[in-house]
Amino acid sequence: MSAEVTRTVLAEDGVLLREGLSGLLERFGFAVAEAVGDARALEEAVRRHDPALVVTDIRMPPGYSDEGLRAAVRLRGERPGLAVVALSQYVEQSYASELLDSGGGAGVGYLLKERVADVEEFASQLRQVAAGGTVVDPEVVRRLLRRRRDPLERLSEREREVLAEIAEGRSNAAIARRLHVSEAAVGKHIGTILAKLDLPPDDDVNRRVMAVLAYLRDA
Amino acid sequence: MSRTPPRSLLRALARPRFLLSPWPLRALLYAAATPVAALLWGPPLLLLALPWLLLIAAVADSPQGSLPPPGPTVLLIAVGTALLAGIGPFAALPGAALERLRVRLIDDRPLPAPHRAPRRPGLGAWIAARYTEGATWRGMAVLALSALLFLPLTAGVGMLLVIGAALVAAPVIVAVDGGTVNLGVWEFDGLAHAWIPALAGVAVLAAGAYACGATAAAQGELVRFMQRDRPEETLRAELTEVTRSRARLVDAFEAERRRIERDLHDGAQQRLVALSVKLGLARLDLPEGSAARQSLAEAQEQAKSALVELRELVRGIHPQVLTDRGLPGALPELADRCAVPAEADVALDRRLPAHIEATAYFAVAEALANTAKHSGAGGAWVHARLEGPTLVVEVADDGRGGARAGGGGGLTGLADRAAVADGRILLSSPPGGPTLLRVELPCPQR
Repeated sequence: MSAEVTRTVLAEDGVLLREGLSGLLERFGFAVAEAVGDARALEEAVRRHDPALVVTDIRMPPGYSDEGLRAAVRLRGERPGLAVVALSQYVEQSYASELLDSGGGAGVGYLLKERVADVEEFASQLRQVAAGGTVVDPEVVRRLLRRRRDPLERLSEREREVLAEIAEGRSNAAIARRLHVSEAAVGKHIGTILAKLDLPPDDDVNRRVMAVLAYLRDA
Repeated sequence: MSRTPPRSLLRALARPRFLLSPWPLRALLYAAATPVAALLWGPPLLLLALPWLLLIAAVADSPQGSLPPPGPTVLLIAVGTALLAGIGPFAALPGAALERLRVRLIDDRPLPAPHRAPRRPGLGAWIAARYTEGATWRGMAVLALSALLFLPLTAGVGMLLVIGAALVAAPVIVAVDGGTVNLGVWEFDGLAHAWIPALAGVAVLAAGAYACGATAAAQGELVRFMQRDRPEETLRAELTEVTRSRARLVDAFEAERRRIERDLHDGAQQRLVALSVKLGLARLDLPEGSAARQSLAEAQEQAKSALVELRELVRGIHPQVLTDRGLPGALPELADRCAVPAEADVALDRRLPAHIEATAYFAVAEALANTAKHSGAGGAWVHARLEGPTLVVEVADDGRGGARAGGGGGLTGLADRAAVADGRILLSSPPGGPTLLRVELPCPQR
């Protein structure tokens, strides 16, 4: 675990889950500055504690629709660089798009709530987002890939798989392990993907984010 | 012709032996009761019409028969109208009942009260029921016609009868008082000539009997026509009520589904996720490869599948995305989930009433499920848009067609749902395809 603790604010209206998440975060070395139960309290807590990471439920009181998402998008507008992971009970394309559009898509995560159960995986995804990465739920990516829309048409089956892995925030090495290919092969696939998507050579991390965003916006 | 005895005055009038039957007497009784009845039910209505009467009196009094200044005129008309329209129907109820009762004098056919029972107990429900039914207002019309038309007619008939009676009595008058009978230009001198006016009197009486019969019969038939029970009216009122209650039921179901969805989301789903987290954290504390750690991993898997099942269940009850984002959010998601590649194009600039959205959503869900199951299609399309105030949703596929709406399947249920919202579902699916399902739901802007 990294020496520096990530100061985190947590928002979740279910008391049981809030406690569970708090425990999880502490366990993996995040410092939970405050855990709140609704979107307004979230915004106040963020102003009070100036955290590096916000983990928030999308559906919260009082309206039980998308208050958490609205708050997250607002907070990211106010504070560039604030990393946000939004948890949702179900996959909703527009939620992902709105989140990823905020702050250029860096430091954003959109995950189904049930992913939290894989505690280690979840913690590593939180770290990636806190480090400025982008994590999109595999379910969202799967849906997008199923659409077979241009420019996705141009990608091969293997390249789509690699893109899905990128969207989930994995490193080249992790992707190589999961797909049982060499890291060099992954690098080559990524190069082809970026070329097919007309993403000019630039900062590598940023291009990876852009590749995911290209699809989300296209959706 | 020997026929069954007539059951009403109108039939009796047509018989040749009318004058020798009891009917002229019954008609006379009825006519005699007409002013008495009017005296009973007239005053309250006259009171309500007082503003109008004042206005009429003012016009009659003014030298040129001109209207009073516009201010008072409008006021009098308005107050009179309000009184008559607001209280009149209720003030007329006893009068109408009396008239119905009176008709029995000249009509043996039953004439039950045409009013229907209020739907709920209580004065308010009674007032609403009476005020909104046609029989009440027709009762008021009967009284107005009786007062304005039949009362004067009856008075005329009465005069005719009195004249006839006086003529018939001429010989008696001459016998008692002596002298002459003076009838305008004619003078009949002495008892020897008194039979002439007496004969004329019999003719006048006979004519009077017919006139009395005709007037009474006309009034009786009017009361009968205006106050008979109209089952079709009751049926229409009941149909309206049933339609309304059906719509209320659907709304209640919809609200209940949303509540269940909310309860599941806030309760079971949250608990299951919290449980998974606990299990996951507990697993970390156990040594790698231990049996306990393996058991916990399995427990966590089970919790996860329970969550997935629960999510599918909730989606079937009432998808949250529909509540949050309406059709523009929910229909593309349905298309995404369809086993056949499907595209959704939703052009709506406003949220629609919840039950409309739900009906459209479940229609599309059913249509896409059918497409995936039966059509063998390679692609499907969903289009939703507003055509005027009507939501039109079309689901098309390029499959083999032959879909049928009957047979109590999902489509029948959807057609029923659409019918509740005054909408309809049209299906075109010739053998060989393509299949097009069109859902039309009126949703007027509020």
